[in-house]
Formats: sequence, structure tokens, C-alpha cells
Amino acid sequence: MTRHTLSVLVEDKPGVLARVAGLFSRRGFNIESLAVGRTEYPDISRMTIVVSVDELPLEQVTKQLNKLINVIKIVELEPTASVQRQLVLIKVRADATVRSQVLETVQLFRAKVVDVSPEAVTIEATGTSEKLDALLRMLEPYGLREIVQSGMVAIGRGARSITATAVR
Amino acid sequence: MRSLEAVGCEVVFGIPGGTILPAYDPLLDSTKVRHILVRHEQGAGHAATGYAQATGKVGVCMATSGPGATNLVTPLADANMDSVPVVAITGQQSRPLIGTDAFQEADICGITMPITKHNVLVTDAAEIPRAIAEAFHIAATGRPGPVLVDIPKDVLQEQTSFSWPPEMRLPGYRPTTRPHGKQVREAAKLIVNARKPVLYVGGGVIKADAHAELLRLAEETNIPVVTTLMARGAFPDSHRQHLGMPGMHGTVAAVAAMQKADLLVALGARFDDRVTGQLSSFAPDAQVIHADIDPAEISKNRRADVPIVGDCKEIITELIDAVRAERETAKAVDLAPWWETLDSIRETFPLGYNWPDDGTLSPQYVIERIGQLSPSDTIYTAGVGQHQMWAAQFVKYEHPRTWINSGGLGTMGFAVPAAMGIKAGEPGRTVWAIDGDGCFQMTNQELATCAIEGLPVKIAVINNGNLGMVRQWQTLFYGERYSNTDLGTHKHRIPDFKLLAEALGCAGLRAESREEVDDVIGKALEINDRPVVVDFVVGKDAQVWPMVAAGTGNSEIMAARGIRPLFDEDI
Repeated sequence: MTRHTLSVLVEDKPGVLARVAGLFSRRGFNIESLAVGRTEYPDISRMTIVVSVDELPLEQVTKQLNKLINVIKIVELEPTASVQRQLVLIKVRADATVRSQVLETVQLFRAKVVDVSPEAVTIEATGTSEKLDALLRMLEPYGLREIVQSGMVAIGRGARSITATAVR
Repeated sequence: MRSLEAVGCEVVFGIPGGTILPAYDPLLDSTKVRHILVRHEQGAGHAATGYAQATGKVGVCMATSGPGATNLVTPLADANMDSVPVVAITGQQSRPLIGTDAFQEADICGITMPITKHNVLVTDAAEIPRAIAEAFHIAATGRPGPVLVDIPKDVLQEQTSFSWPPEMRLPGYRPTTRPHGKQVREAAKLIVNARKPVLYVGGGVIKADAHAELLRLAEETNIPVVTTLMARGAFPDSHRQHLGMPGMHGTVAAVAAMQKADLLVALGARFDDRVTGQLSSFAPDAQVIHADIDPAEISKNRRADVPIVGDCKEIITELIDAVRAERETAKAVDLAPWWETLDSIRETFPLGYNWPDDGTLSPQYVIERIGQLSPSDTIYTAGVGQHQMWAAQFVKYEHPRTWINSGGLGTMGFAVPAAMGIKAGEPGRTVWAIDGDGCFQMTNQELATCAIEGLPVKIAVINNGNLGMVRQWQTLFYGERYSNTDLGTHKHRIPDFKLLAEALGCAGLRAESREEVDDVIGKALEINDRPVVVDFVVGKDAQVWPMVAAGTGNSEIMAARGIRPLFDEDI
């Protein structure tokens, strides 16, 4: 099984998320990550869905997604031809004895500290899921108090816009 | 209401209730829309399905919120599986009450999401015309299917100005109907060069009204035709090139043709598991041309060598031209050896049945005689089970839309309400529901509706006292241990179907021997002032043959118990 990133343009209507999520579960697919947000068009939302699935079942789920009336367009974004980013907030144990080491790791990953208390710091980092995994591995020895991750968002490289061609 | 009139709706099947009341009030004054007050919302849904299948128009059903709406779940799932254009309109609790577990509140949009083509909750009265127009458009176009429109009571009560036609806003809905020219030429090439081709015809051909084109394609190419359960009537049964129905209870010839084929031309069919049997051993040597309006069907179960997305009528029309063009350059392939093989199988293993040893009435005989004695434009429907398979096998269908059944979902209890809908759509034609005693007891309350609304349908209860198909499996696969399949309709004669029919305002007849069958069918055909129920008391041990046991390959087909045609023989 390989990991695929689907960009799905949908009408901004109630229940669309349930329709899409329901379709994945009904046909037996596990969503690894999902992010929904507005686009430059007021009535169109964009979902970025990451699934681990073989080529043939992926084709089937894409076709089924396309059949949903509220789904306007689906594009698979190849990792090499797109920019993919995820955001993570990490609360890590960091008292005075280890704080400087933690901050060094933060700098190495070009992350930033967004909150500090005597026992812990909260770090904000963005990147591909591989980079964030690496950061988490580095911070794990200090003691991860709490982490929260956003879904992956992705956009194709170059000047082309998938929304512009969809609304035409 | 105005929207329904404007969209051309003629008949609505439904039951009023609290939240849908505002829509029912103007119905009283409508001269264009006839409302048929059913006894159970499930009946309304199947009636809408029967109406739609018989007429080709959109069937409409209406129910109130909560239990009214949830009673539509089964017919909507049924219509979804069989791609039937149905619009369901349901009342919903008023907007301020939604989400509060109010009286008769159910999230019917959430509930029916996986079993409808689309559904929508209307939150603004001004949006009602657009929602109705879009629902009818979505239901009827592309691959047809059910659409549910849920309208809160306070939205139905609001004052609004009405304008028609509304502008439809469906940016994500653009069904492909025109086939791709290159794909059609590729298909024609394969068709012209095939030595053992088969036209595998599905229900899509009937939905696309492509039967005339199919006949031309078949006759010009001399390719054998099989019609699936959903496609019975798409190609005349009397035609020499028709090998019958494929699949679990198909003819040996149809199953054999597909198994031995070097080319399957699938037209509006979806390679359902009841047709393919074990997928890995299905039609092992065949290349596949798959033509369907739904791109998601193509290569879903069986990989297509040449996929064609589009409307079957347009596809077949273009295919005919492409085949002609291809023929001008290619050397013609002689199909005579192929026909020789198929004819010999057809002669050796014709459809047939034996009379039961215990002297009881043969259910197959009853169904065969109904088919032979009824007018040629009679429309048949059925429940689900043995009687359904026999009705598909032993009634001979010559025209499309004369066989209407629940194929995909396999909904017991489909027959009576479907017959009601068919009769409402085609009042001038004879409508027979071939039903089982199990199925009949699920939905016969709609006979009261038929009697009161002047819909004289004819019901043949093939009464073997048992859930026959389940019993057949118990006989074959569960060591004749008959767990909970005896309904007591023989042993105790509960209910007495003749008396029940009379109580429901119908004529009740009964036949228990071969001699009575023709006479009773004749009587039933003469009664047209009220519905007729005939209780055909038949033997419980009759079985449906041929049969491909579930989970096995189609080459394991048994022509009858213990008789397996030797398909491994080389041809």
C-alpha cells in the first residue's frame, strides 16, 4: 500500500464532510489525515485527504467520490510535484536543566516556541509528516506531555490552479 | 406543491403526518397531482419504484418526519441498488427543534446518505422550487437513483414567492452521456475479430430505452445475447440469439456462453456477484468491453479492456456504425462453430422442471401458465426468492419494462406495492405480481389501498407454506435441517389468503391442483373491477435449477441436483 494525497474541491454545504468521510468508511478505507478549509471562492471548500491504499482501490474510491453531487473536483497531488505541510503543537517537559537542549532541537528543525512555563515549553512546527516525525523522535526523551496535529494540507507546484479550472 | 406540479409529477404515493401537513393541504386542491394514500410508507416507496420502472418517469413518494421517513429506508435502499429514479419528500421538525430529539425527529438525511444518490435538507422556503427541480434532475439523469428532499415544517409554512423554472446549481454534477469515439472504435475492432463473443445485457439498456438499438446490434453481428435479472425483456425471449438469463439461477447456455467466451460486451451491466459467481474463475478467457453510464462501475469487479462511459442508447448506436466501418476492412469471422457449441448446450440443458413426486402442484407450472394465458403486454413483478427466479425463468418476456423486480437489494415484500405503482402508471395494462407466501405477508396491506384507489392488480401467491429459497438452501447445504422456514400457511392455513383477500376488498381465488390452474387464471384475468389474489397452493420441495452454489465458480453450475454439465470438455 502506498500513501496518496487527494485534493478534493467541494461545495460548501452542510453535511459534505459527513458524505465524504462516510464514503471512505463505507468502502473500507482508512483516512490517515484530513483537513478542510475555505478557498479563494466563497462557496467552495477544499479537503486534503491522505489515504494509504493500493492503486486500483484508490481509483475506485476516487470514482465513488466523484459521484457525490457536492464534490466538484478531485486531484491527486504527487509528493514531488506539490508542497505538503502539516502543523503540530508539542508540549514537552523542559525544566531549567534541559531547556537549552530542547531549544537547540527547536532551532535545528526551524520550529518555534510559542509558550513557556517553568516545567514545559510548547513548540509549534510545520513541515512534511516525515520532518515532524523526526522532530517528535528527538523530543521524546525529554517527555512529551501533549501533542496535537493538524491534517495535511497540500498545493501543487507551479503556476497552475486546480480551483480556477474547476469553477470555469 | 406548485413545484411538484411544475416538474410534471402526476402521482404521489404517501401518508400525511404532523410535519408534512403543510404540503398536504394544497394537495387537496391540486388537479394535476394524484395522491394515493397508502397504508405503510414502505408501500409508498416501492410503489414509486414500480411506477418509475414501468413508465420511465420519476416515481414520487411522500412521508412525514421520524417514523414516516425511516419507513422509507428500505425502498430507498432498494431503488438505489437498482438505479431507479425516485424522489422522496419528507417532512422534518421545525428548524428551531432540529437537533433537540423533538417528537418524530429523525436525521433522515444522515440515515439515507449511503442509500440515496443524493439528499438535501431545505432550510429556506425560497429554495424549495430549486431543491425539487434539482432532485428530479438528479434522480432521472446519469445513472438514475433515489433522491430525498427533507423539508422542515416551518419552512413549508413560510410565505414565499414562487418562480419557475428555478436556476439549478449543480457544479459537481455532470454525467457523461456521449461515448468516447476512440473507445467505441476499439470496441468495434474487438467485436469484429472475436470468435466467441457474448452480449452481456444489464438493466441499463432498459433504463436507456436502448432495446431497439440492441436488437439491431445483435442481429447485425449475430452475437449471442444474455439478459440479466434486471434486463429481462430488453431482448425478446423468443429471439433465436437469446440464450436466457446468466448467473446463479441462469440457464446453462447463458452461463456456459460467458464462461467460454473470448469477448464479453457488457452493456449497462455491473458484473454483480450473482452473475459472475466466484470472480477469479469468471469468464477466464474473455476480454471485456464494459459500457456503462457510471464510470465507477467500470473495472470495479472485473477489469475492462475497453471501457466506454456513456448512455447505452448512444453507445450502441455508435457501436453499430463503428462495427459496420470495421467490417469493410477486416475479414469476417465465422461465428458458426460458436453457435454450434451453444446450440448443443442449449438443446442438452433446456430450462425445465419436474412435477413433484408427492403429487402436489408444481409452482413452475403455475407461473408458466400465467405467462402463457395473460395478454402479451402484461407487466410482471415479483417478491424475492424461489418464485422470483421462476418468474424470471418461466415467463417469456418480449418487451422492455414488462418485468420489474428487486434485483440488487433483494427486498422481500416488493411485489404488492410495486404492482400498485405499476398499475397507477399503466392503468390500461394487466399487472401480475408473482409473490411468495412469505413476501406476501410482509406488505399485503397495500391491497386495501389498491381496492379503494381503483388499482385492480392481480396477485399470484405461490404458496408453498415456507420461506422457499431458504428452505432450498437448508435442503442442499444444511443437511435438511429446516430451521424456522415453515410459515404454517399450509399446516394451519394461517392466514387463509382467500379470506384475507376478501377482507382487503379483493377477489380471493384458490387453486390446489393442475386441473384448476387454467380455470383460476382465466377467472383472475376477467376480474377488473377490483384486485384479485389467487392462492396457488404448491408443493414445498420444488427447487430452483440450474444453480451455481454461492462462492463457487460458474463452471460448477448444476443443471439439476447432481447433474453437472462437463464444461471442462474442450470445444
